[in-house]
Amino acid sequence: MDLSSAEKVVIIGGGQAAAQACASLRLFGFTGSITLIGEEAALPYQRPPLSKAYMKGELAEERLYFKPAAWYEDQNIDTVLSVRATKIDRSAQIVELEHGGSVPYDALIIATGSRPRALPVEGADLDDVFDLRDLADVERIRPQIISGHKMVIVGGGYIGLEAAAVARQMGLDVTVLEMEERVLARVTSPIMSQFFTDEHTRQGADIRTGARLASLKGADSKVTQAVLADGTELNADIVLVGIGILPNVELAEEAGIACSNGILTDQDARTNDPRVFAAGDCAARPLVHYGRKGRLESVHNAIEQGKLSAAAIMGKPRPTEDCPWFWSDQYDLKLQIAGLSQGYDETVVRGDPEDRKFAVFYLQNGKLIAVDAVNSPPEFLASKKMIITGARLAPETLRDTSKSMKEIAATTA
Amino acid sequence: MATIIYVDHEGTERPIEATNGESVMEAAIKNSIPGIDADCGGACACATCHIYVDEAFMDKVGSPEDMEQSMLDFAENVQANSRLSCQISVSDELDGLKVTTPESQH
Repeated sequence: MDLSSAEKVVIIGGGQAAAQACASLRLFGFTGSITLIGEEAALPYQRPPLSKAYMKGELAEERLYFKPAAWYEDQNIDTVLSVRATKIDRSAQIVELEHGGSVPYDALIIATGSRPRALPVEGADLDDVFDLRDLADVERIRPQIISGHKMVIVGGGYIGLEAAAVARQMGLDVTVLEMEERVLARVTSPIMSQFFTDEHTRQGADIRTGARLASLKGADSKVTQAVLADGTELNADIVLVGIGILPNVELAEEAGIACSNGILTDQDARTNDPRVFAAGDCAARPLVHYGRKGRLESVHNAIEQGKLSAAAIMGKPRPTEDCPWFWSDQYDLKLQIAGLSQGYDETVVRGDPEDRKFAVFYLQNGKLIAVDAVNSPPEFLASKKMIITGARLAPETLRDTSKSMKEIAATTA
Repeated sequence: MATIIYVDHEGTERPIEATNGESVMEAAIKNSIPGIDADCGGACACATCHIYVDEAFMDKVGSPEDMEQSMLDFAENVQANSRLSCQISVSDELDGLKVTTPESQH
């Protein structure tokens, strides 16, 4: 559908994908009205620092925001904040709002993001049990980051481990509970899981794998203990929950837009309704370098789909789709990830984990599909390019540290 | 405060009043300077805020640390005066700094 005559774009959501869509629409020359409907009180801000520098108090709040308030005024973008959209009426082309009223659209971008998976145990509603998703969560957490306090983190994923690193650096006693047999089980290889377990252990965190939380106990409505399935009781002054996120697809689903673990989109971020787009955590998109559809929870994805939807609305050529990429900061380790490792049949380690500077490459039938690079930007950046071109690499070539990544990449070009 | 002058690849100059302590990248993003993407928001994770520093300011700006240098090695069209703008902190000393953005960050 040609939307080049669209005059009204509505964006549901106020995160990174929404902010990018606003910026890209204006950059592509859209002069009509833009309305951003955000459930949170804050203008769009960066989430990654929430479990890193911002939690640690090293980054001022104003530095989290993508754009200052004045920018939205200058760009004539109407921000409707602290308001929930309650319904998408596709035949009337309006979005209904919780306190009454509605906003009409010619094109709609759903960027509703995701929400933390709720902790399914007794005591989850006690005080000082926190999710770590929003600015408001971190505002509540930060006063409890007190040296000597006991923190129990439920979930050994990236969020949990990043929070563990911050808490250890701030002098808290930290225990991480991971249900699986290793941390980061869903996202990386056993080699990386072991490396991060060793690092956190060395830093004084207690990493417990195969540990299932049974309940949280409290006194005067405040959490005091975490009880494991095997009966172990751990004292806790604060509990952080990082057990994954769920895409916010309900608005789309109720409006009859096709969903399957995410709002289904085509390569232009367009849903099965040609006037409706989906971007960011909530969308399940074609993963063009992998020949399948999937949902990505990342900055790269939010930016890219924000751009793709804006370009499609404006009838601009589709921006080039990058290789998916991610990063995580823990202690002085920078982990940079390019590609998606699911389905690998071979791993190749370059460098030595002992040096705290190494990379794990993931191959599938000899083709490079992903890399986890610890303090190794060349391995990350070279792989990002090689994954897109479908480079085939011999394990011994990747392992050979006498050759630079530039030299290795040149052999595949 | 310092005035930072962003020059795009076609030579258009855009002067901005930047605040001490923010990065040259942040000042650019807040003011919608074209040519700087800064996808990672300043975490030195993506190499999409590449700029060229005016020769007159090379000493004041200093040289990149290891992590930044190895990121720069893989940016497109790198020169001796290439830096990642997220790693340059604004100070009075940088008043008048001129930086040029490359044609593309990707």
